[in-house]
Amino acid sequence: MSIVTVQLGQCGNQIGFEVFDALLRDSHSSHGLCCKRENEAYQASCKERFFSEEENGVPIARAVLVDMEPKVINQTLSKAAQSGRWKYGQHACFCQKQGSGNNWAYGYSVHGPRHEESIMNLIRKEVEKCDSFSGFFIIMSMAGGTGSGIGAFVTQNLQDQYSNSLKMNQIIWPYGTDGVSLFLKVSERPGVVALACNPSTLGGQGGQIRKSRDRDHPGDLMEHLVPHPEFKMLSVRNVPHMSENSLAYSTFTWAGLLKHLRQMLISNAKMEEGIDWHVQPPSSGLPSLGKMSLNKDLHFNTSIANLVILRGKDVQSADVEGFKDPALYTSWLEPVNAFNVWKTQRAFSKYEKSAVLVSNSQFLVKPLDMIVGKAWNMFASKAYIHQYTKFGIEEEDFLDSFTSLEQVVASYCNL
Amino acid sequence: MTQSVVVQVGQCGNQIGCCFWDLALREHAAVNQKGIYDEAISSFFRNVDTRVVGDGGSISKGKICSLKARAVLIDMEEGVVNEILQGPLRDVFDTKQLITDISGSGNNWAVGHRVFGSLYQDQILEKLRKSAEHCDCLQCFFIIHSMGGGTGSGLGTFLLKMLEDEFPEVYRFVTSIYPSGEDDVITSPYNSILAMKELNEHADCVLPIDNQSLFDIISKIDLMVNSGKLGTTVKPKSLVTSSSGALKTQHKKPFDAMNNIVANLLLNLTSSARFEGSLNMDLNEISMNLVPFPQLHYLVSSLTPLYTLTDVNIPPRRLDQMFSDAFSKDHQLLRADPKHSLYLACALMVRGNVQISDLRRNIERLKPSLQFVSWNQEGWKTSLCSIPPVGHSHSLLALANNTCVKPTFMELKERFMRLYKKKLPFSLVTLSDIPIPHDLEQGVHFVACTRHFSFQISGRFL
Repeated sequence: MSIVTVQLGQCGNQIGFEVFDALLRDSHSSHGLCCKRENEAYQASCKERFFSEEENGVPIARAVLVDMEPKVINQTLSKAAQSGRWKYGQHACFCQKQGSGNNWAYGYSVHGPRHEESIMNLIRKEVEKCDSFSGFFIIMSMAGGTGSGIGAFVTQNLQDQYSNSLKMNQIIWPYGTDGVSLFLKVSERPGVVALACNPSTLGGQGGQIRKSRDRDHPGDLMEHLVPHPEFKMLSVRNVPHMSENSLAYSTFTWAGLLKHLRQMLISNAKMEEGIDWHVQPPSSGLPSLGKMSLNKDLHFNTSIANLVILRGKDVQSADVEGFKDPALYTSWLEPVNAFNVWKTQRAFSKYEKSAVLVSNSQFLVKPLDMIVGKAWNMFASKAYIHQYTKFGIEEEDFLDSFTSLEQVVASYCNL
Repeated sequence: MTQSVVVQVGQCGNQIGCCFWDLALREHAAVNQKGIYDEAISSFFRNVDTRVVGDGGSISKGKICSLKARAVLIDMEEGVVNEILQGPLRDVFDTKQLITDISGSGNNWAVGHRVFGSLYQDQILEKLRKSAEHCDCLQCFFIIHSMGGGTGSGLGTFLLKMLEDEFPEVYRFVTSIYPSGEDDVITSPYNSILAMKELNEHADCVLPIDNQSLFDIISKIDLMVNSGKLGTTVKPKSLVTSSSGALKTQHKKPFDAMNNIVANLLLNLTSSARFEGSLNMDLNEISMNLVPFPQLHYLVSSLTPLYTLTDVNIPPRRLDQMFSDAFSKDHQLLRADPKHSLYLACALMVRGNVQISDLRRNIERLKPSLQFVSWNQEGWKTSLCSIPPVGHSHSLLALANNTCVKPTFMELKERFMRLYKKKLPFSLVTLSDIPIPHDLEQGVHFVACTRHFSFQISGRFL
């Protein structure tokens, strides 16, 4: 059940490193809180899934690093080697000299086709190394040139060549005041699931979500959370958020953690801090008919499907009834189908108890809408367009992307 | 890693260039303790084994033998270049990369552009090709020149067209020194306007700088340091302005301090491309993010802090002060007030021990007082390089694509019109027997265009 990670661009590579590091640190952590046998099984499966064995015992990450300029890859490779606990494969990286200049068109139309063969070869070699290959994890940012441009190109290729395996894109959303030439071109392709991550809640989450997949086939994740190809934007939230220093002095109860998590879901909060406790699901339990009525506050986050992953002490006693409330979900999926929970006794890293929520819900509507709005403004003023037409992206391509994105926003809005 | 070639044209260009190379060597010496020729150094220097005869002997790895600057020095009179070749930096320059003549351009754009342009076209092309061949992956040409003279202005801009034709994929970043109000050259308005037209069409990015602003900045620093206002917190000699510890001779030349500022500007501009950092920004990203329309590529720059503090632990207030200063009109390298004009885009290149959260916090703090064009409200591009400049713990370079360049251009146009109306001193200009008036008309047209553009942007799109 191995997963190959493709790290693209500066952001992708920096985050990829953090994820592998977190994975291995957790794997070796001593607070297993479960019996030895289970711990060993966990460690073994974690290793097998994300690392391959080397002769002298240092695990090699199953990853392909791609960037159009060498600085970040060099940094990432050396950081991994320095840690002594793991490293990247020697020939697992592809890099060029010039970078993509923050230009999606350059990444997609120039670098993509030019280096298609080399990159796909590298990926194929990694896949061949796996005994049983289950899917790809693609980490990229939206705002840059390499991550977003080559990321889109590579994802397309992977879809063509490996149509049966899962492809999960972890995309890093641009920060509010970032990205001068913000141009979003997310091509919607079947089988690709987008996991949007805000830069404020990084590597730990990535580590969490991937660990959780130790127990089940990643395909299950897709099945549970993506019932319809039109809706495949997932978000990840986890609790508790705490600095390592305070962990020793805090205790958690499942009830408390789950209550917070549920409220984070319905009020669309990204972190435990500053949750809006006023937001409540509609009281009658029946979602309002027809269009969203005004008092069903747009703050309320309707979900299509949710998955809660619980890890740690006394996990069997945790009560997740709160998540089965039909008011949280759309009308076309029964809560019993829409909600799933995975439990494991083995704790994550230093957290005695932790809970992760992976949700397919309306959380992305506002940010997406905002970005589309800004991009449209720029496009209407024809700003920066010459930088893209230089590389073959014409105005019709822009218009097509706008249309498909508006469609996604509308679909999610009408839940 | 990519390489860049510096082309210094004319007296001003060469003097600034000299300061730049001196500073670059010092910076790399401070960072690279082991003396190994690495990718950072290779962006501006070649490693050559001088014992090998001929052109070969380029070493790509291993210890540094002898560094040669990736530079082409062009001047139509010998004085300045000779002085460089006799000075302490003589070994840094490859004698085959020089083009000189004897008589000079006589402060005449037409002579520089047409006469010397056609005379030396092939030679220049050959030198440029040679330097490009020495590069693994050439990304950018940096052209340093002044607008008011003859060679820098005329020949410098002639180069641009040539570079665009020969190396279309390579970026052309031009550092132009604009004439100030009290300029010592009478024909400088003509030269500048004619050069502007070329810059407008053939440059990727222009960093306009004027002498008066540089002078004001130097005076302000001197005042600060000498008045003892900041007490013992300020080191008397800031590396931004002084070349103490440099290889050059002790007695300072008049423009040294000012040239040093420009040299620092170029170093900071390329720092993220040369050194590592948590948020890299390459040169092609500058052009991509800051140039929304092809002809509006004039970036007003500002450099802070201008003096070094002796206290190494900088409290956050000082850091915030650094950001505030970057937007004040006293710190701009051009006579301009970006705060009261319209921003099209802004880049902040930070060096040193600064966190991304500090960056964000300051952007949030300063945003309300700045006006951005309506379709680019979040028009910020940021970069973080971990290596600070020599002698500082952190620094900030702000590049603003802002309509505040308008007054400079308008003033230039006014001075030009005053001369032109009196047909003064046409006799000098028509010396070269070329239909100058046509070009002049075009030049004026360009300035009018810029004004039109900026008006458009501020008027229509606001």
